[in-house]
Amino acid sequence: MTMRKVATSLVAGTLFGSGLALGGMTNPARVRGFLDLFGDWDPTLAFVMGGAVLVMAIAWRFQPRMIAPLFEDKFYIPTRKDLTTPLVFGSALFGIGWGVAGLCPGPGIAALVIEPVSALIFVASMIAGMGLVHLLKGEG
Amino acid sequence: MTPIALSLPGFPDAAPGAGLAGGILIGLAAALMLLGLGRIAGISGITARVVGLGGGIDRAAAVAFLVGLPVGAAIIAMAQGGLPANFAGPIPLIIAGLLVGIGTRLGSGCTSGHGVCGVSRLSTRSLVATGTFMVAGIATVAIMNALGLEVLS
Repeated sequence: MTMRKVATSLVAGTLFGSGLALGGMTNPARVRGFLDLFGDWDPTLAFVMGGAVLVMAIAWRFQPRMIAPLFEDKFYIPTRKDLTTPLVFGSALFGIGWGVAGLCPGPGIAALVIEPVSALIFVASMIAGMGLVHLLKGEG
Repeated sequence: MTPIALSLPGFPDAAPGAGLAGGILIGLAAALMLLGLGRIAGISGITARVVGLGGGIDRAAAVAFLVGLPVGAAIIAMAQGGLPANFAGPIPLIIAGLLVGIGTRLGSGCTSGHGVCGVSRLSTRSLVATGTFMVAGIATVAIMNALGLEVLS
């Protein structure tokens, strides 16, 4: 079972990475072009998000009809519904970082093979930021 | 890549066909994680899991997913004979990385978990998170442009 889970995850990650690259998301100039709504706007990212959300919306229609996932004994789906300050404040910080360099976590990691040094600086800083939250929350 | 080399009137630089095709691949990847492993394909969460800062999916599966990301990008880069990439310098990358790392942990997700998986199931938390990071990202680029801060080479 573990081998199948790992293989499925590798295939999903590879599909995800190829989709990011094909959609132009591993190029920060394209991502910042999308966020430049009041300047020289590049709508490409809206098509990437639209395509992904469309396919995933179909998957969510299938999910309730399955007793369990194919390679796991149950579904692990977030159940929280509360709108909290950390949710909004954290998302705002993330959005600012996204705007500064035109990178979010997936494209940052995928770009390790495209622009290794730059991508590594971004990913290492991102992990440091995650570690900081972990420490401050007293989980360390 | 002719079939996806569509253009959008008024936006000569946009690549809607390639964008849509890429989005469909991302959606299939997220669907495989949900229907195969019962998990949300949230990359910030999976990254935290890999480096020991969070729980969730099996560690080995989390590592495999992250390894797949550059593998997939490499396949497209090889198929297309390289990929355009215009990155910011080290200082903006460090600032951005820290903000993205802190923000995604506090906000419980990023563009993949909230933006794709959560929005597609109309999760209120994900809709709020996605709206927030979109507005923050757009405002950041607008303010940086107004101040004449060029980060990309």
